[in-house]
Amino acid sequence: MKHLLSTEDLSYADAIRILDTAEEMSAVGEREVKKLPALRGRTVVNLFFEDSTRTRISFEAAAKRLSADVINFAAKGSSVSKGESLKDTAQTLAAMGADAVVIRHWASGAPHRLAATDWIDAAVINAGDGTHEHPTQALLDAFTMRRHWSRLAGTPSAGADLAGMRVAIAGDVLHSRVARSNVWLLRTLGADVTLVAPPTLLPIGVEHWPCSVSYDLDETLAGGVDAMMMLRVQGERMNASFFPTTREYSRRWGFDDNRLRALDSLGLKDTIIMHPGPMNRGLEISSAAADSPRSTVLAQVRNGVSVRMAALYLLLSGDTRGPATPTAAYSKESH
Amino acid sequence: MAPQQQDTGSTGAYLIRGAAILGGPAEDLLIRDGVIAARGTDLGNAGDATVIDAAGLVALPGMVDIHTHLREPGREDAETVETGTRAAALGGYTAVHAMANSNPVADTAGVVEQVLTLGRTAGWVDVRPVGAVTVGLAGEQLAELGAMADSRARVRVFSDDGICVSDPVLMRRALEYVKAFDGVVAQHAQEPRLTAGAQMNEGAVSAVLGLTGWPAVAEESIIARDVLLAQHVGSRLHVCHVSTAGSVEIVRWAKSRGINVTAEVTPHHLWLTDELVRSYDPVYKVNPPLRTDEDVQALRAALADGTIDVVGTDHAPHPSEHKECEWAQAAMGMTGLETALSVVQHTMIETGLMDWAGFARVTSTTPAAIGRLADQGRPLEPGEPANVTLVDPAARWTVDPSKMATMGRNSPFAGRELPGKVVATFFKGHPTVLDGELNTPYRWLPDAPGSAGAPAAGRA
Repeated sequence: MKHLLSTEDLSYADAIRILDTAEEMSAVGEREVKKLPALRGRTVVNLFFEDSTRTRISFEAAAKRLSADVINFAAKGSSVSKGESLKDTAQTLAAMGADAVVIRHWASGAPHRLAATDWIDAAVINAGDGTHEHPTQALLDAFTMRRHWSRLAGTPSAGADLAGMRVAIAGDVLHSRVARSNVWLLRTLGADVTLVAPPTLLPIGVEHWPCSVSYDLDETLAGGVDAMMMLRVQGERMNASFFPTTREYSRRWGFDDNRLRALDSLGLKDTIIMHPGPMNRGLEISSAAADSPRSTVLAQVRNGVSVRMAALYLLLSGDTRGPATPTAAYSKESH
Repeated sequence: MAPQQQDTGSTGAYLIRGAAILGGPAEDLLIRDGVIAARGTDLGNAGDATVIDAAGLVALPGMVDIHTHLREPGREDAETVETGTRAAALGGYTAVHAMANSNPVADTAGVVEQVLTLGRTAGWVDVRPVGAVTVGLAGEQLAELGAMADSRARVRVFSDDGICVSDPVLMRRALEYVKAFDGVVAQHAQEPRLTAGAQMNEGAVSAVLGLTGWPAVAEESIIARDVLLAQHVGSRLHVCHVSTAGSVEIVRWAKSRGINVTAEVTPHHLWLTDELVRSYDPVYKVNPPLRTDEDVQALRAALADGTIDVVGTDHAPHPSEHKECEWAQAAMGMTGLETALSVVQHTMIETGLMDWAGFARVTSTTPAAIGRLADQGRPLEPGEPANVTLVDPAARWTVDPSKMATMGRNSPFAGRELPGKVVATFFKGHPTVLDGELNTPYRWLPDAPGSAGAPAAGRA
């Protein structure tokens, strides 16, 4: 694995390896000194062409816990906003000796361009590109689901997948890189995925995806769901007639208090409620749902750091064989 | 098989020995003083003529491109009339229609005459300016179509290509108005609201890639409207770069109703599909976008059966900085003049769908007829203008954009091995291309006053 660009082309073995490595990284986060020297002397650039404080600080925390040097490059207010091309930016970072570029871009495929061209020879991690993919978000979601699924089964997370887990993803699938990355990764890990959205917010061609599609959230819940993931919906979509009003959207496709109660009456006592954040409380998710014990929103944020540590470690350590053992690498290095 | 040029002096006479005319049996062609002087199985002694051994070569009427972007005036960093027409000659063309989306837009007699003059100064092919339908391509007000028609450029093809004439009333008026001078409106069929921000064909691949879709219906709905308008007002419509199977069905229906419509397909839409977009390499970004294999097969069948009348390159050179960027930032368009013949040979002839006579029909005879070019697309017979292309159909070559004459390096065929190579191009009896290399341009005599569009014969 040279880059992490998408989950569509992520193999089962690599996915499990990242998740297992993230479990080890998570243990580091619980220690008093939350730091490993694994990437000492390596430079990680956070190249953000789109504002995303959450994702950037998550990657920044991950890189710093691995002792990498971190450079934050925000396109706004920089030479990029004055017309500098992606090519020139990439070549500049290459000249400065970046070992990894974590790129967030409003244009779908921008990370692929960095990886496919000779502009820069660093490892490229896609931190969200347009409406294409957001692979580390899907990996942290899968990590969160796997812990839940394993705990229910009474087995350890490490090495496990999501076989048999029923996952529903509801919201603006059309414009969601989170939905795409989750569909591919969850399929690879053996989960059964149902997308729930108004027909206007599903892409033409969704029928070819390895998942089910529903227009009816209540029917999907009644069919049984182990993880309910709500996607952020921009209220402005109503101005382009994707739905009539935010209230109608919320009634039909939002996870409101009635649906929260319905989980209990349907006997779905172990169903978790997920959201990648930031949430529009009262639109796609009610406050009661977001704050309920079922909610994994904060666990997702926490797990994000572990998963991003794992991705950075695996791409930069050069360790491409077997399950990664960063703590072993640490002890070897310290001799 | 390279022709042997025997330099017997620059007399302007050429004897082409043993060429398969339109792929038929080998015959000789004698070119003298800008016309085909004789055709026969053994024209005997060459006399003062330069002999070209054309054994194994196919002789075709010089190709006519109905759809070329030469970029000049305005974007001379992308292409000039000089470089674009060099590329055209190397590609086997003797005439190109220069689209109107230059800067300034070719929407006045002055600009179309400027483009005409640039073309004649270059001298590699006939440059036929296309006039804009609306002022500034803005889609609001008719340009002075009559003035362009009456100008020295004798414009007959009008198009806002790059932008659709989407206003139905304006389109109706344009179709009606050009009847006064036997013009044709060449429509870029793209419903603008359905394609706002569109990046690629809308379908299975765009769903995965997260790129905004350009749905087939946005093309088909405009074509359906326009053929009905053409029928209603009894005018002549040309549909640029048809790209979908559904569009083919609509054009077929229109022709069966007797509607006066012609349709064009690009070489790239005859071969490439949206699967290539998975690379996010903007060299595959084009408008209309690459479609699916089902569309490709329908377009090939339609070109073979005559539903689609012509191949137009939509040659669209761009400076490299407009392609070396994110997909969404990249310009739309591909070069095509120097690969068109090979791509059509690969997709249509080597598949058995079409023979070389059919090739001549779709690349020369019919495009010349649509553009009302009297001395192009003519039969290779005595007395006809000597616009002739010699092709080695057995040649194989690998596309290297850095070696092309066009300034554009944006060929989607880069690295592919293609069949067929242009060996020689004769434009008005003068070899613009010999031995597969550029020779010298044709030199127009200064225009006599009032001799619009009817220049004197050139000298070699």
